[in-house]
Amino acid sequence: MPSISRAEVAHLARLARLAVTDQELDVFAGQLDVILGSVARVGAVAADDIPPTTHAVPVTNVLRPDELRPSLARDEVLAAAPAAQGGRFRVPRILDDPE
Amino acid sequence: MTDLTGMTAAVLAGEIAAGHASSVEVTQAHLDRITAVDDKIHAFLYVDADGALAAARAVDERRAAGEALGPLAGVPLAMKDVVVTRGLPTTSGSKILEGWIPPYDATVTTRVRQAGIVMLGKTNMDEFAMGSSTENSAYGPTRNPWDLARVPGGSSGGSSAAVSAYEAPLGIGTDTGGSIRQPAAVTGLVGHKPTYGGVSRYGLIAFSSSLDQAGPLTRTVLDAALLHEAIGGHDPADSTSIDAPVPAVVAAARDGAHADLSGLKVGVVRELSGDGYEPGVLDVFAATVRLLTDLGATITEVSCPHFGYALPAYYLIAPSECSSNLARFDAVRYGLRVGDDGVRGLEEVMSLTREAGFGAEVKRRVILGTYALSSGYYDAYYGQAQKVRTLISRDFAAAFETCDVLISPTTPTVAFPLGARIDDPMAMYAADLCTLPASLAGTPAISVPCGLSEGLPVGLQVMAPALADDRCYRVAAAVEAALADRDGRPILAAAASL
Repeated sequence: MPSISRAEVAHLARLARLAVTDQELDVFAGQLDVILGSVARVGAVAADDIPPTTHAVPVTNVLRPDELRPSLARDEVLAAAPAAQGGRFRVPRILDDPE
Repeated sequence: MTDLTGMTAAVLAGEIAAGHASSVEVTQAHLDRITAVDDKIHAFLYVDADGALAAARAVDERRAAGEALGPLAGVPLAMKDVVVTRGLPTTSGSKILEGWIPPYDATVTTRVRQAGIVMLGKTNMDEFAMGSSTENSAYGPTRNPWDLARVPGGSSGGSSAAVSAYEAPLGIGTDTGGSIRQPAAVTGLVGHKPTYGGVSRYGLIAFSSSLDQAGPLTRTVLDAALLHEAIGGHDPADSTSIDAPVPAVVAAARDGAHADLSGLKVGVVRELSGDGYEPGVLDVFAATVRLLTDLGATITEVSCPHFGYALPAYYLIAPSECSSNLARFDAVRYGLRVGDDGVRGLEEVMSLTREAGFGAEVKRRVILGTYALSSGYYDAYYGQAQKVRTLISRDFAAAFETCDVLISPTTPTVAFPLGARIDDPMAMYAADLCTLPASLAGTPAISVPCGLSEGLPVGLQVMAPALADDRCYRVAAAVEAALADRDGRPILAAAASL
């Protein structure tokens, strides 16, 4: 049965961009270990020759007519953003400090 | 409950169409009911009294002008807060979207508006629809109108509580692993999860895209069918939407109300019973099986050997898909931003925002999904779980060779007390034991009240093949009619008055 360590949970949280606290790490590591131990049973039944399913009624190559349609109003969209400037989303620094 | 709030949606629509009551009167009666009882229930996150009355006035004016109106025109509705509504706050039960005003409508919202249905407001839910009790809402729990110390189910617990407390005759829920059917069962309502692709997902804040499906929560089978027809059907804006007519669910509900199921072949799923099921629930279910026999149905027991793997498969697929879907909450385009002090970089701001904005269950699932999708584990977890879906679909297909519908209890237990499972994720997940197979197979399933255990409602789940939603409604309507005939009143009438 799988077991997931506190360090692994910390790594996964970082990958998922979650600044979890030490206390959360303690709780989640224990809970995730129990959950993983339970869900790993899927490996026992599904053989190589079983295809995966994603949709009850298979649909493929779904296309719509290539027609011009109005987009959302820019000002309305920016009004809902946490920060906007000059008609654009304003984001925090994305590159390392040059110094 | 007043005369107007006690009526079903179908009756209210008739009263409005006949001019016996205006939509404004009907809407005001429900707004008054919300004012009177929602302090106790907390079904609503946002009540849009002005917008609702304006929509009601518009319906009344159209009627006065002689316009032909839809079958639910003027009837109020409670909308789950996972459904995007232009101009109305939409949070999905999360702090990360607190204060967000969407600039567009979901297709479900558009169709509700076009049908002349009056949106009263937005209902509480487990954060991002992850949960079975509505306790995972960032805005506090909702209480079950039958017993205020118990949960109303989840994740659509706000809508189930609103409709069972007569705050609205119609509710919209969404169902990923049981989030319409389980709340319906534990609050004494009808709840239907349509065939996957039957109702557009455009504008539903995505949790698990291959499973999410919107549907009705109502006090009667006919009301559910009327709402299903209003919101269902093909939508080019959702590439997984099925390009086929909506199954004739209203006709099926009316036909079922004659309580004659002669010739119908019903399969009882052996695997959806036994350990973990309350004896009181199993007793009510057994009585319902006898009732179906009395109504002319032929009952056989069927085995679906892979249904036992539905829970592990679901708790890999849903967290995997949610970890990907919730990546959109990046502190840039909408919602919360924490720690943007001009010094911190984007990645740190994003991490602080998501830490502050997401609750424990959401974080747990995002981490679990990140694990299950990571290199080296994908095949063993997500890949295997998708194969289990195939095995479950094959179990359904084999059973439907000999049966028209399959039945089970909707939930293993009646509504559980608030707080009883919140610290034990696996116990909470077990609430969806019976509803998960149809979710994973994408097939339709309905929950209809079938009796009481310890004074609390028990639901019967009726499952049908893909696109045969009408069979669910026919059987549910027959059970509803036969029980009303036996008891002299609907099951919901046994609920405590608030």
